[in-house]
Amino acid sequence: MIDLICICCPEGCRLQVDPDHDYAVTGNRCPRGETYGREEVISPVRIVTSTVRLTSETVPRLPVKTDRPVPKSVMFQVMDEINRVVLNPPVRLGQPVISDVAGTGADVVATRTVTA
Amino acid sequence: MTETDLVIIGAGPAGMAAALAARARGVGRILVLERNGFYGGILNQCIHNGFGLHYFGEELTGPEYAERFSTELASAAVDVHLDTMVLSVSPDRQVEYIGPKTGYQVVSAKAVILATGCRERTRGQISIPGTRPAGVLTAGAAQRYVNLDGYQIGRRIIVLGSGDIGLIMARRLTLEGAEVVAVVELMPYSSGLTRNIRQCLDDFDIPLLLSHTITEIRGKHRVEQVTVAAVDADRKPLPGSETRFDVDTVLLSVGLIPENELAKGAGIELDPVTGGPIVSDRMETSVPGIFACGNAVQVHDLVDYVSAEGRRAGDHAADLLLNEPAAKEDLISLTATGDITYVVPQQIRQSSLSAGIDIFLRVKRPLPGGGVITVCADGTPILRFRRKHLNPGEMERLTLPHQVMSQQTAASFSISVEAP
Repeated sequence: MIDLICICCPEGCRLQVDPDHDYAVTGNRCPRGETYGREEVISPVRIVTSTVRLTSETVPRLPVKTDRPVPKSVMFQVMDEINRVVLNPPVRLGQPVISDVAGTGADVVATRTVTA
Repeated sequence: MTETDLVIIGAGPAGMAAALAARARGVGRILVLERNGFYGGILNQCIHNGFGLHYFGEELTGPEYAERFSTELASAAVDVHLDTMVLSVSPDRQVEYIGPKTGYQVVSAKAVILATGCRERTRGQISIPGTRPAGVLTAGAAQRYVNLDGYQIGRRIIVLGSGDIGLIMARRLTLEGAEVVAVVELMPYSSGLTRNIRQCLDDFDIPLLLSHTITEIRGKHRVEQVTVAAVDADRKPLPGSETRFDVDTVLLSVGLIPENELAKGAGIELDPVTGGPIVSDRMETSVPGIFACGNAVQVHDLVDYVSAEGRRAGDHAADLLLNEPAAKEDLISLTATGDITYVVPQQIRQSSLSAGIDIFLRVKRPLPGGGVITVCADGTPILRFRRKHLNPGEMERLTLPHQVMSQQTAASFSISVEAP
């Protein structure tokens, strides 16, 4: 039995994952915990958040995130690609900034709107 | 002097929710005063995700959460002055402020909501010996420099205090290429959320040194070295346990305190434990017509609850403005005892008993086996809540159900916790 703390939300449920019984998850208070518990043991993933450079007078950095969790093992490759991006405003919330980042299938998207 | 119905101080999550709630209830003239040049307060620099699961049912980053509210607020019939500093609030609700467009103004309000958030404890408040070089920052200031301004703040970093901002910044700086050598925590447990220990420290193999502290910071111009020592049960450094770390930056994540200068100036009674105003269940302070919400009242873990508290303050301010002012009501005190650090609200109105009451509390020490929280009316237990885990770093929220509360005629309530 593997003990985990669910990181899906700040509740932090204490999960137990049973690798001998098809990675059955207990201790979760919502369905996300079940998915997380299973994935965390088989192949852990994370949402990566960071910022990219923006050529704006007033807003020097644009916050971004991967639009879905990416394998934990490629987080630094994702950061390398994010650090190469320079954008011009306007940018709208949700706008793709990098598609298929680090070959993960995830896009990096803007998490705020910057008009100028 | 101009007049208005409602002045809200602060356009962070609490103030924005309060303004929208009051507007939705039909309050006519609402003025929001914000010190920064943007809406959303601290959410703008909290670029990590995990916000909004309770309030919106989805997981958002701080800026995304803020934009949900700011978009709505920008299109609502609410006046917002940015870059505007409130200088004082008087007990009769005259608000003195200054801004680049308005100049110096005094506005007389029928109701005021304090949504001023909190600030960080600094090195001066925890007295670390040593020299005074550059490179000692509070974690929130570092977060601002990195996430809003795009600065690199250091290359080899040690974090003192395991509050959530310190944990989040340990991860953030690691991802940006810095080396975080350790997070040092004086207490035998972390004050941060468990999930943050997991995803911010464990994911990156950053050591968490519990029952340790920094005993010296050295460096002439810039931080060069810190000494870390283990502490005994009385939190005194143990001689001979010292380790030196060569670092160029020290981040302090050693607690947050409600911004309460304006509240003090208005003569509002403060809770010595929370550092914020004593409030009733309708978020009204000891000064009639002045409400408070969000981190100005108690430092929250979750912005979702800040928004909910802001909305409650906005709703009740609207009640005061739109309905016949209720006759002066008796307030029943709600007191934390034993291993409960504090409880908010500290007072309950007689008339609220029939509606059920949401309360928030923290425990003084971790109860890893969980505990039973007991509510007493004049010393007699009336409600018990079982919790599987209790931790000072995680705020507990309880709903006192109306079925039980409406039966109560007590002069005071108290709350305590015991291991099961």
